[in-house]
Amino acid sequence: MRQNSAPGEAEWSYDVHPCGMRLSIEMNAKPAALSDVAIEFRGVNYHINDIPAGAIVSNISLSISRGETLVLLGRSGSGKTTLLKLINRMLVPSQGQVFVEGRSTTESDPIRLRRGIGYVIQEAGLFPHFTIAQNVALVPTLEKWDSARIAARVEELLRLVGLDPAEFSARHPRELSGGQRQRVGVARALAADPPILLMDEPFGALDPVTRAELQREFSALVRRLAKTIVFVTHDIREALLLGSRIALLHAGHLVALAPPREFLRLDHPEVHAFCACLDPSDGVAQ
Amino acid sequence: MTPWTFFLGHRSEIFHATLDHLTLVVIAMDIAIAIAVPLGMLVVQHRHLRAFALGLASIFQTIPSLALFGFLIPIPFIGGIGRRTAIVALVLYALLPILRNTYVGLSGVDSAILEAAEAMGMTTTQILLRVRLPLALSVILAGIRTATVITIGVATIAAAIGAGGLGIFIFRGVAMVNDSVILAGAIPAALLAILADLLLGQLERRLKVI
Repeated sequence: MRQNSAPGEAEWSYDVHPCGMRLSIEMNAKPAALSDVAIEFRGVNYHINDIPAGAIVSNISLSISRGETLVLLGRSGSGKTTLLKLINRMLVPSQGQVFVEGRSTTESDPIRLRRGIGYVIQEAGLFPHFTIAQNVALVPTLEKWDSARIAARVEELLRLVGLDPAEFSARHPRELSGGQRQRVGVARALAADPPILLMDEPFGALDPVTRAELQREFSALVRRLAKTIVFVTHDIREALLLGSRIALLHAGHLVALAPPREFLRLDHPEVHAFCACLDPSDGVAQ
Repeated sequence: MTPWTFFLGHRSEIFHATLDHLTLVVIAMDIAIAIAVPLGMLVVQHRHLRAFALGLASIFQTIPSLALFGFLIPIPFIGGIGRRTAIVALVLYALLPILRNTYVGLSGVDSAILEAAEAMGMTTTQILLRVRLPLALSVILAGIRTATVITIGVATIAAAIGAGGLGIFIFRGVAMVNDSVILAGAIPAALLAILADLLLGQLERRLKVI
């Protein structure tokens, strides 16, 4: 067992991503001490067709503080994406309630709720028939901002995610690389400056080099923007790099919740299973 | 008498029959599109209507075309001898390919795109009109293209109920046991079908996204 060995930690952290690892440790220095709660799950169950036996997530209670980056970590099918979709009412809890900014999602208008929450998914989900500028401008357009304001915002956002507006605005998603598309996906989610950002394995489909690049830039961006972020991943290194806290899901249950450093020391079989992925002897981190 | 000499001798008559034929097809296709595309949009929003709508359209398609023309004659308002009845029959024939392709095109949009659209706070109608429809356009057009080619062929039967068109020559030729007369109707009809297929195919490619 290696989850409590500090030297071991240093060992792989350098293998994985030296600067990135330091970054996450800095974030740990100010753990989720912010008192304001942005999102709260209260005794949430979600099962399909009202069959409790087919539960996707069970008995989830969880508070997400304003400004923190909560990573939902878990294997495929552990219920992470379900949890994410319960926040913007793409799904409605079978039991219990989800509160966003103090209001139960079931009492909110789903359209209004979603326009106030940025959403980024794997492969970006950009509209192929829209230009990059139109994609980024989606929510401002739906919100009927005037065109000058939209144009200025699009330019600002493309710069923010490291794309030259002059070069990219008029292109279509198919003319971009996977990494560039994912940048546009982030820009689109940020367009109307939502206080909350939901991200479902946003970097999952990228090659390792591009992924590391985007993770690094994204964690820097996050610190500047001070958004509440819920980030779904099955990659523990990504979770350690980006999360201010990590929530581990296993078979629909929340089995662990801790800041990255403490997370590594937790004694739970599923935590061990994920930590084992970090072992350099597995060749994963080399 | 070779087909060619017959053709030259009757070229004005053939030309007018071709125009009549084309008019029948264009009117029928316009009506069919105006019915089938909105119906397809409705069916995508209300899935339970799917089996009913597609089933009904399939039934029309299975009725032999000559029989369908015959069935329509005694029906009040839409029936009788002449153009109106023919157009109704052609519309019923054209519905299925357009309806099916509209449904398939609209429901075949990448789920990641639809998920993003929903999560961004687009309403169902906005998703339909701004996302699904533009992305389904080339598939819908493929259905229109199929329907047009079918309609050009079926419209030759319209002559049997007095609606004119290139079928006049075909029926006359059959009665006279004269291939040249049949070909004077069949060749222009085939050319029309090929031309429509080519033009709509080009448009389809132009509308294709990705």
